[in-house]
Amino acid sequence: MLSYIVRRLLATIPVMGIVALFVFSLLYLAPGDPAAIIAGDQATVEQIAKIRASLGLNQPFVVRFGHWLWQIVHGNLGTSVFTGQPVSAMIAQRIEPTLSLMVLTMLIALTLAIPLGVIAAWKHGTWIDRAIMIFAVLGFSVPVFVVAYLLAYVFGLTFRLLPVQGFTPLAKGFWPFLGTLVLPSLALGAIYVALLARITRAAMLEVLAQDYVRTARAKGVGQGGVLFVHALKNAANPVVTVAGLGVALLIGGTVVTETVFAIPGLGTLTVNAILERDYPVIQGVVLLFSFTYVLVNLIVDLLYSVFDPRIRL
Amino acid sequence: MSEFALPEEAAALPEILPPAVRRGRVAGFVLQHPGIAIGGGLIAVMTVLALAAPWLGTVDPQSLDPANMLIVPSAGHWFGTDMLGRDIYSRVIYGTRVSLVVGFVVALLASVIGMAIGLVSGFFRALDPVLMRVMDGILAIPSILLAIALMALTQGSVGNVIVAITISQVPQVARLVRGMVLGLREQPFVEAAIAAGTRTPRLIWRHIVPNTLAPVIVQATYICAVAMIIEAILDFIGAGVPPIVPSWGNIMAEGRALWQVKPFIVFFPAFFLSVTVLAVNLLGDGLRDMLDPRLGSRK
Repeated sequence: MLSYIVRRLLATIPVMGIVALFVFSLLYLAPGDPAAIIAGDQATVEQIAKIRASLGLNQPFVVRFGHWLWQIVHGNLGTSVFTGQPVSAMIAQRIEPTLSLMVLTMLIALTLAIPLGVIAAWKHGTWIDRAIMIFAVLGFSVPVFVVAYLLAYVFGLTFRLLPVQGFTPLAKGFWPFLGTLVLPSLALGAIYVALLARITRAAMLEVLAQDYVRTARAKGVGQGGVLFVHALKNAANPVVTVAGLGVALLIGGTVVTETVFAIPGLGTLTVNAILERDYPVIQGVVLLFSFTYVLVNLIVDLLYSVFDPRIRL
Repeated sequence: MSEFALPEEAAALPEILPPAVRRGRVAGFVLQHPGIAIGGGLIAVMTVLALAAPWLGTVDPQSLDPANMLIVPSAGHWFGTDMLGRDIYSRVIYGTRVSLVVGFVVALLASVIGMAIGLVSGFFRALDPVLMRVMDGILAIPSILLAIALMALTQGSVGNVIVAITISQVPQVARLVRGMVLGLREQPFVEAAIAAGTRTPRLIWRHIVPNTLAPVIVQATYICAVAMIIEAILDFIGAGVPPIVPSWGNIMAEGRALWQVKPFIVFFPAFFLSVTVLAVNLLGDGLRDMLDPRLGSRK
């Protein structure tokens, strides 16, 4: 078990290295000379050269990459070109809405998608199965902002059940906080539910055809027991894998969802940084999201051994 | 051939048979693969809309008419007009071109490049670790975020959008093809070809590539759908094609500020985008079931 964990951890190092290299290249290739920007309009060529030397911008790529990586490891993501604030501080200010949105989305999606997938597999071939699968195809196809506008229009504007836009921090009360997050979570979660329901159904169909399921039925285990104890546990690995990979969809989707619902999170920070060409901020956000994604999938890898002890060997 | 009596005898048979058989084939195909029929049909309709855009009662999608701004859908302007008085129907119809071009070109480029990388990686073991680590690295960056980051480096244009989305999608195909190549290399027919002295380029081209095509085509349709969505998202957040270009994402971006009072501006492009993506996904699911029934039942 320990060697499995260590091997998995080691495998993520080259991946993170490539991600870091890519993200660094982004800043390296970015148009505009930071030294010239800092020096201002009236600066002479010598002054700019001096600033460039003091920033280490005249050093070779590898040296600059090493220096940058050292800063990143110490939590220094640089400073925003636009506001002059440290990027890490800007991210810290805006992490609460995004993190809450993603966690709530995952909770809603998992509680909806897994039962849907199990039911579809159980009622395989019937109209229930077909209806769930049509819903899944729709969830895949209707882009996140379309779902977002639809939900906001119906529940926010027409029935006035929930706030249309904005975000209330948790510190101002749990219910207002939850109220502002329900619609964004549903919008963001639609594609995730579709993805998970589909993979759950597929994995369940495979497992339900196995001999041990027939054995369980033969010895008199009830339908619920067969489905949720014998079958679902053995169908868990593909579901968990896809749940981990699907986090990429959630991360991409937050950018759009936060824009539609005017939530002041990392998504809106990204959009503003793009419009202002604030490269250190873009860099910081991409790095953070990618790191989170790799981490989630590392956890998924470790979960395999929980559901399938054979992997521990 | 004609001096033999045989062809005439053979010709006598089809006279009775073909009509029924042929009709049965088309109808049977549609019934057996409704996804391909519906999806393919809708994509064909969208392609016609894109090609025939100038003749479908549209006006110049970029012409401004401040006197007629924010008109609700009516006989004069079927889908209404936007904040600058541009006709939304015309912009939506012309927007079909951007989405289809981005979707098709990205699907093609990502398939070809991904396939090349996958084949090299699966065949030349020395290059495999390096190539696959690079692919893993790209996969570790969520594709929308990667496309956004790449777009931040360049000017907004259809070409740059295509390149940015393609880079984010190549690893999917590369991994898929590499996996298949590793499996195929162990197959008896490949071993037989190697034993018979087939050179590597010919082996790849004649024995490996044809056996990887079906899953790659299915993957390409999904990439097409994803590319259309990412393109619209890029436009929507202002990182895609320039705002003047009529694209569905741009129209939605224009309608964003006013969606609570003038929801129709967002509605029409959203509807077209959803239908098109749905069509491509239906086609992909249908192709998957048809080309690989085993895969279809599993996924």
